[in-house]
Amino acid sequence: MSASPAAPKNRVSAFIADRRAIERSRGDQILRGLCLLAGLLTAAVLFEIAYQVITGARPAISKFGLSFLWHTDWAPNLGHFGAGVMLYGTAVTSVIAMLIAVPLSIAIALYLAMMAPGSVRAVVGPLVEMLAAIPSVILGFWGLIYLAPYVHTHVEPILYDTFGFLGIFGPPQTTGLSTFTAGLILTVMIVPIIASLSRDLFLTVSRELIEGAEALGATRWEVIRGVVLPSTISGVAAATTLGLGRALGEAIAVVSVIGTAAQIHKSLFETGNTLAARIANDIQYPVSGLQVDSIFYLALILLVFGVITNLIARAIARRYDVHRSF
Amino acid sequence: MTSIARSEALPYDPTAPLTPSGNLRRRLVVSRIAQGAAVAAAFIAVAALALVTFDVIKAGASALSLDFLIQDPPQFGGIGGGVRSNIVGSAVIVFLAGVIAVPIGVLIAIYMTEFAGPKSRIASALRLGLDLMQGIPSIVIGLFVLGLIVKTQHKDSGFAGSVALAIIMVPLVARSTQEVLRLVPSPLREASDALGVDRWRSIITVILPTALGGIITGSILAVARAAGETAPLLVVDSTFGPHLTFNWFGPMPNVPVSILTASDSLNPAGFPRAWGEALVLLALILLANIGARLLYARSRRKLTG
Amino acid sequence: MTEGIPHVSSSAIPDDSVVPRQRIQTPTAAPAPAAPPRIDGTPREAPRATVFDIRDMSVMYGSKKALDWTTLKIYRNLVTAVIGPSGCGKSTFIRSLNRMNDSIPGFQIGGQVLYHGHDIYARATNRVEVRRRIGMVFQRPNPFPKSIYDNVAWAPRNLGMKKNLDERVERALRGAALWGEVKDRLKASALSLSGGQQQRLCIARAIAVEPDVLLLDEPASALDPVATASIEDLMHDLKHRYTIVIVTHNMQQAARVADRTAFFSLDGQERVGTLVEYNDTEVIFSNPVDTRTRDYVTGRFG
Repeated sequence: MSASPAAPKNRVSAFIADRRAIERSRGDQILRGLCLLAGLLTAAVLFEIAYQVITGARPAISKFGLSFLWHTDWAPNLGHFGAGVMLYGTAVTSVIAMLIAVPLSIAIALYLAMMAPGSVRAVVGPLVEMLAAIPSVILGFWGLIYLAPYVHTHVEPILYDTFGFLGIFGPPQTTGLSTFTAGLILTVMIVPIIASLSRDLFLTVSRELIEGAEALGATRWEVIRGVVLPSTISGVAAATTLGLGRALGEAIAVVSVIGTAAQIHKSLFETGNTLAARIANDIQYPVSGLQVDSIFYLALILLVFGVITNLIARAIARRYDVHRSF
Repeated sequence: MTSIARSEALPYDPTAPLTPSGNLRRRLVVSRIAQGAAVAAAFIAVAALALVTFDVIKAGASALSLDFLIQDPPQFGGIGGGVRSNIVGSAVIVFLAGVIAVPIGVLIAIYMTEFAGPKSRIASALRLGLDLMQGIPSIVIGLFVLGLIVKTQHKDSGFAGSVALAIIMVPLVARSTQEVLRLVPSPLREASDALGVDRWRSIITVILPTALGGIITGSILAVARAAGETAPLLVVDSTFGPHLTFNWFGPMPNVPVSILTASDSLNPAGFPRAWGEALVLLALILLANIGARLLYARSRRKLTG
Repeated sequence: MTEGIPHVSSSAIPDDSVVPRQRIQTPTAAPAPAAPPRIDGTPREAPRATVFDIRDMSVMYGSKKALDWTTLKIYRNLVTAVIGPSGCGKSTFIRSLNRMNDSIPGFQIGGQVLYHGHDIYARATNRVEVRRRIGMVFQRPNPFPKSIYDNVAWAPRNLGMKKNLDERVERALRGAALWGEVKDRLKASALSLSGGQQQRLCIARAIAVEPDVLLLDEPASALDPVATASIEDLMHDLKHRYTIVIVTHNMQQAARVADRTAFFSLDGQERVGTLVEYNDTEVIFSNPVDTRTRDYVTGRFG
């Protein structure tokens, strides 16, 4: 940053403040105006999004009301619509993804931040980030052709044999298209998000703090557990929430591998459905206006989820920043 | 060895060899296991990337040929043909989305770093707005554009697709531009102000050029991200097929929808072409990512020297 | 250097001569170290044990040499000060005594650092064990973002010292002269303490596990004079239990607290840190042999 000594810097800052206060030139005003216009446009778009989705959903809302949320019928030809199956599927796939992705991502981030030598970190770090760059459609296609069959023949039978008593692991179905596979695909999508953010967080833990712990005769794991993780926990929680938001809203990769079921199945190895997947599936050839309205209703639910997870992540992150100001 | 007596003896013998004593052996095992798990996790991540990339290459390489790029797909999605119309369509849609999004994102970033004070409420509101925008599922953005444009126009269009992609891109461009602008050293700004130069002039002639490398790489990354977005296009421009067109205001075939439709159709005849498209798309995106990173590292070095 | 030397028994006349290579030789044959104070009736002339036997130690960071061939012995239950101008390698020296330099990229050490006769840089040596016995307090207080109690109790818990943890914490805080000020708010965050209190907390943290040696890297340089005085007072008490090595850029502080003093300086074209003179503090300050030492302690430079 600026290396100028204190006195001149204060003078310059005061000078700048003066210049900000006095009447700016035309050019300044124009540029400022343009910038604010861009900002206004953004705000306008946000409001418009909310407006469009709500308006689009209104006919369905007035027809079904809140019961839409737990009815599990989705029969376009009969005019029955309900989000129950999709809400269940969204929840389950997200839970699967989070259960696997969060520990995995934290482990990856710890490796990158604390264990990998510099040259390894410089290569592996970007590689992990590039995992996020894979388009969801390609990931979905890959899941359909490669992952699903593999899971079907190699993973599901094992889980069924070992944990079948739990009920959620039923016998493997005909294809690998299932809620479980969708959860796995979501895992692949959110790991890079959580891992990259967490790695950046771990790298901010001060050298002094870590040395202080090491000087007390602590092992590397103890340093991580006692100092690194506790001081970054809020940030990691925020990162996790962002990953969750991504998982909730993912449509394309999920629709390719989840099998778009019309009812809730207890076994994870059966087909399922999520809010986003249902939208993606039905939007191309809707049979009625009511279907489109119901699709918008689903989108409204998704929008609410997206906004809430985002706000939660921000709230957590802000508390973390406050903590860090010590 | 004689020594003065201590008031209390140490709980261990300090002259013993420096090998693990007490519970250290067990703790070291635990630590090693934890570290092993972390290494394994990183390995899994890299392996996943390698696996997917490798599978896509394997499946798509055979479809690649010159014909592939210069021919259009067959009418009903069967065997053979190329993907020219889809590639052209995607290129137009994504490029124009960038044309819309980059100026808006850069302007917002300029406001937030150059004009807004530290406690500016407008800046906080903008930050909130951009965060929210980034958190909206892309399919919902597609539905928004559906209602706004497609319904009123009564047709799918590349224009609608570009608008949807632009909405996705703006927060990304704004954030990356902000980061680069922050890297521009303060003395540059202060000197310019002290010389009596208008703010807008210093921004355009000094600050932006200095940050240009970073802005470009941020835009490339945003464009790469938009290139792979399928959900909005599925909603507002669900087109694919042999109709090569440059008419932005009408339906434009595009790559993501083409891949998705082929994969959904369960007609294996179309798969090789779809894999070829996937390979082209993935290669372009990964190369853009790598290139942008290298460029960013270089411009960052120049800025922070 | 021969390896596997059994720990050096205290000879009657320890050879403390500091003979840097390629230097003008000013013989610094030192007299025997000051006799220990009588605590429990041991004879005044009981020779002192050697804790560190440092032989020809040199440190390089990458291709830059930071510390030249350094040879000295550090004795038990004494406060040994390391003084010298900025950048002369004092920190490098002390951090090399408990392997805290290991994580610095490009760090290479030459020569031997023998702790009770064991080479701490030997392949068979476990770094964590080294740090368990040789603790360190840093220049800037670095308490964990935990409660006061948890700060002190953290390392003992790791070591499995679960029994009588409360007593151990209290003893450590008393030893650091902090107990009175914090005994009613042990659960408060450590970050709510003042700078001087935080540093004493760090000292308490370090002694809670009962190390053999305490390394203090300019512990008072970030503190105000009052806090500094309290830290210095601690030295006199702590040295009865621990062997203390303290780096300080403040000569007067060294004169106040240290029994023996090592003076390092930058040497030669490449400005490499070198041990110039090492002796009883009185000798260093009143009767130094090397002109460089004399210049430094009389304030002619540095």
